[in-house]
Amino acid sequence: MFPAPIARAAAPVRWLYRVVLPLSLVLWLLPIIAVALTSVRSAGDLAQGNHWGIPTEWQLLENYRDVFERTPMARYLLNSLLIAIPTVIGAVALSCLAGYALGVHRFKLNLLVFFMFVGGNFVPFQILTVPVREFSLRLGLYNTMSGLVLFHIAFQSGFCTFFMRNFIRQLPREVIEAARMEGAGDWQIFRYIVIPLVRPAIAALSVLIFTFIWNDYFWATVLIQGDQAMPVTGGLYSLNGQWIAQWHLVSAGSIVAALPPVAIFFSMQRHFIAGLTLGASKG
Amino acid sequence: MSLHAIDRPRARRRVPQSVVPWLFLAPSILMFLVYVIVPIGQSLAFSLYDWDGLSPKKFIGADNYVELLSDPDFIVALRNNVIWLLGFLLAIPVGLLLALFLNQKLFGMRLVKSLFFFPFVISQVVLGLIFSWFYDPENGLLFEFLGWFGISPVAVLADEKLATYGIVVAGLYPQIAYCMILYLTGLSGVNPDLIEAARLDGARGWKMLWHVVLPELRPATFIAVVVTVVGALRSFDLISIMTDGGPYGSSRVLAYYMYEKAFSEYGFRMGYGTAIATVLFLIMLVYISFILVRIYRREKS
Repeated sequence: MFPAPIARAAAPVRWLYRVVLPLSLVLWLLPIIAVALTSVRSAGDLAQGNHWGIPTEWQLLENYRDVFERTPMARYLLNSLLIAIPTVIGAVALSCLAGYALGVHRFKLNLLVFFMFVGGNFVPFQILTVPVREFSLRLGLYNTMSGLVLFHIAFQSGFCTFFMRNFIRQLPREVIEAARMEGAGDWQIFRYIVIPLVRPAIAALSVLIFTFIWNDYFWATVLIQGDQAMPVTGGLYSLNGQWIAQWHLVSAGSIVAALPPVAIFFSMQRHFIAGLTLGASKG
Repeated sequence: MSLHAIDRPRARRRVPQSVVPWLFLAPSILMFLVYVIVPIGQSLAFSLYDWDGLSPKKFIGADNYVELLSDPDFIVALRNNVIWLLGFLLAIPVGLLLALFLNQKLFGMRLVKSLFFFPFVISQVVLGLIFSWFYDPENGLLFEFLGWFGISPVAVLADEKLATYGIVVAGLYPQIAYCMILYLTGLSGVNPDLIEAARLDGARGWKMLWHVVLPELRPATFIAVVVTVVGALRSFDLISIMTDGGPYGSSRVLAYYMYEKAFSEYGFRMGYGTAIATVLFLIMLVYISFILVRIYRREKS
């Protein structure tokens, strides 16, 4: 293990580590802690510069109720769900199929197709913006959630296919060969052998893509206008314009918008991190 | 029952083996062509036109690119991209240091690591709001803190010289967390025997890190560099939330400037916008080829 386990260090070092660790954690999270604290304060506290003391009045319910009652926040949150969930299903389904073809079959253009997905996944969004917007306008998909979902599925299938293909390639080939010898067709092998084996990859991809899409802001501003179909990121941007310097409301709104991916992360940590760090370790 | 009927299920299953992978690939290739590959070509073509999105396109050859060369706002955006890139790369060594600091097995360490990591999960819009408030000269945490040392408040995000740096720091926050988790994963995969053997040979501290551990962490470093460079060149959200490119356009980057030219109230200059996007794309293309060559080498071995 590197660095050497702290248990082997001299006593003073051990104690120092035990003290510095929580301190550094608090320092690291300070901006977020501060926002959480601000979200339960009153406007009066902020006006008087009481940022760190005990709030003179706890406004937890009031601030969060304000966010939901006076703004379309509930609508934004619902829209984000309606955009993120179908995208996850679509992108994961497409990439399981594509990952199977690229991971199991050997054919001439295999690597070329794979590189198209990997390379496409890295292009700057701006090179796609104008044509995708025009295309969506022409098909009546502009300013609709389905238009945004279709784009997200297509773009995310690049990263997802890369991910699934690498995962499927690591499966033991003998299992697939054995099934083929028994006369199983490709669809059966895919459906009854490969899919059950890649469940962990599907879980990891799902939480990752959900978070990416929930947090997408750029495409929401390019393809959506107005509150009707706007996800929470774009909604928060326009609310920030209305709430000029009402930091207690900005904070409460931010916390609400951040909560779903944070909750998913903490409940599915293992999958999330496994997905994000695929290939980072030699072992 | 005729022979013909018995044969049918078998006949239906006999799709030629060479066609099978393409059936599996068809949906994703189709979607990717429509929404990614074709649009790249279209953008490259649009950049040669004068076009507001409504009236007919007018072919003007390389005029958009000629205009770019003498556009001071473009130069500022390009320079800011360089600042973003260099600043963002700091996330890699800082993330490594943080990972080394946290790579211990103590009670509750898993939770501590997760708490260090979780800023990455929060959207850039929310982080942008958090940092706008953090920098706020009257209410913000930063100057409340710096005030103890007698430093008087500066409106970081309203200062032409400081705005970009302020936003880059906000962007580093989640990026450091990402690099940290990559290195933590890398460190957990390093063979303990290798470390112990090196320790017996007298390697320790920086020497051990440089000669023994870092070479083992190369896969993590590769991914960290890839995601950090891509992240730096994609920067858009934080700029839009924190400064809207201002003050006076001083914090624009190419991604933001393109958006402003193509879609903002200043007029829909789609042709000019796609020319800016093309420049950004070409910069990225150099980088994408580097990544693909590396993956190609690994596939061949």
